[in-house]
Amino acid sequence: MKKLINKTEDVVKEELEGIALAHPDLVKVHFEPHYVYRANSPVKGKVALVSGGGSGHEPMHGGFVGYGMLHAACPGAVFTSPTPDQMLEAAKTVDGGKGVLFIVKNYSGDVMNFEMAADLAKMEDIEVESVIIDDDVAVQDSLYTAGRRGVGSTVLAEKLCGAAAEQGQSLSQVADICRKVNANGRSMGMALTSCTVPHVGKPTFDLPEDEMEIGIGIHGEPGRTRMKLKSADEIVEMLMTAVIQDLPYKKSDRVLLFVNSMGGTPLIELYIAYRKAHQIAENHGLVVARNLVGPYITSLEMAGMSVTLLKLDDELVSLWDAPVHTPALRWGT
Amino acid sequence: MVISHQDTLTWLIACAKTLEENREYLIELDAAIGDADHGANMDRGFKAVLQKLSNSNDQDIGAIFKTVGMTLVSTVGGAAGPLYGTFFLQAGIKLAGQPEMTLPDWVAALEAGIDGVQMRGKAQTGDKTMLDALLPAMEALKQKSLDGASLEDALTACTEAARQGMEATIPLVARKGRASYLGERSAGHQDPGATSSFLILKAASDCWK
Repeated sequence: MKKLINKTEDVVKEELEGIALAHPDLVKVHFEPHYVYRANSPVKGKVALVSGGGSGHEPMHGGFVGYGMLHAACPGAVFTSPTPDQMLEAAKTVDGGKGVLFIVKNYSGDVMNFEMAADLAKMEDIEVESVIIDDDVAVQDSLYTAGRRGVGSTVLAEKLCGAAAEQGQSLSQVADICRKVNANGRSMGMALTSCTVPHVGKPTFDLPEDEMEIGIGIHGEPGRTRMKLKSADEIVEMLMTAVIQDLPYKKSDRVLLFVNSMGGTPLIELYIAYRKAHQIAENHGLVVARNLVGPYITSLEMAGMSVTLLKLDDELVSLWDAPVHTPALRWGT
Repeated sequence: MVISHQDTLTWLIACAKTLEENREYLIELDAAIGDADHGANMDRGFKAVLQKLSNSNDQDIGAIFKTVGMTLVSTVGGAAGPLYGTFFLQAGIKLAGQPEMTLPDWVAALEAGIDGVQMRGKAQTGDKTMLDALLPAMEALKQKSLDGASLEDALTACTEAARQGMEATIPLVARKGRASYLGERSAGHQDPGATSSFLILKAASDCWK
């Protein structure tokens, strides 16, 4: 294993120390239990957004804490759900009196830990709603599985709900927006290489030089099919076709197109992929009204990418354009 | 023959030891069908349990189990944290105020713990989860207890049933947890959760016989 780390057991703690030192104007970090929260917490009179998940997906979620997005993020160990005590303490710290929305990706561990946290928060008289994101079309049969995984739509939901919270919308309204994003967003990813969890020390799975994994999640867990490596255009075509057919997205739908790097794929390649994804969307008659390109929901150093489509309406467009000021996503004033 | 609170502590120490020894093995099993964190998470969680218990002189098995449950919930993470945490919390409620337990007490505690796991994880037998080891083990223990068998006999039957349940997960297609995303590709691998459950029950048998 070749990584820019000190001790494997210190990876998450030292990362959080770095975030605190790099962005003191935006966030603070609480240790034991670990959570990242807005420097000006609590924001009185506004719904507070709390998310969290395993570490290794940076900038998600800690990089999305700040004005117009999350109020707190709970990082677990690498690829491991955070624990209820983190979520409870984070919720207590950022609750501005209008309730707390938990944005949860659909993984068994995340769902169970957030459920326990919601129970604990309710016992402390904090109003909590939870919305589960499950947008990964690679998981086909949800009847006999843990259901679809939460991937790219999570980033979009955190931005859009954050904007709604800043506008002063109520907990149930912000939760409705989150459900709307989940209902209209679909994603699929692929991997060119595996990734190495620091405390494991070797790649999570073997992927030969000339093969790729289609339908990969964000935890280095193998996807559904493995095949010979293809060109960027062919790969993007496979992902986009699966995503478009799933909702399905229809002619003249306005969409947000999000092309995401799994961490190891550089922007030069990501823009090649974006180019093709944009062309395919237009060939299907979709109107790419907004986009996002970059590494936002990653899987350590895995090479690969994912595409997410979100069907937009006027409300979502205006929430997307609203100012956001976080370590990883910034625009507007 | 009763199991004292001291025997209970001895078992928990043995759990920490076996989970430390099998850390890499559980990681390997999990890497095949999950996300390679189970071994590290269980090892971290039970190390924290030992730390917590070394600072307490609870003589009430219910209180000891409650400490174990809360510690696992806050240190393990993943799905195993809430599941094993709930197991010990529910088992602890059954044993509240008891400085020692009999075989029927242990059956009742195990049953309550497993009910908690089912409630939290919503899994059933055959879903390729820890329940595939826990449920047959509990049934075997319960049957032996009803038959008036000795503690030693009952624990042997319990461990054997857990082992068979664990091994029987190999051909199964996972329906819960991260392994379920693999569909048919999850078959042919032993479930890491069933394996850690077997190790924990085997430790009880090794300590209490």
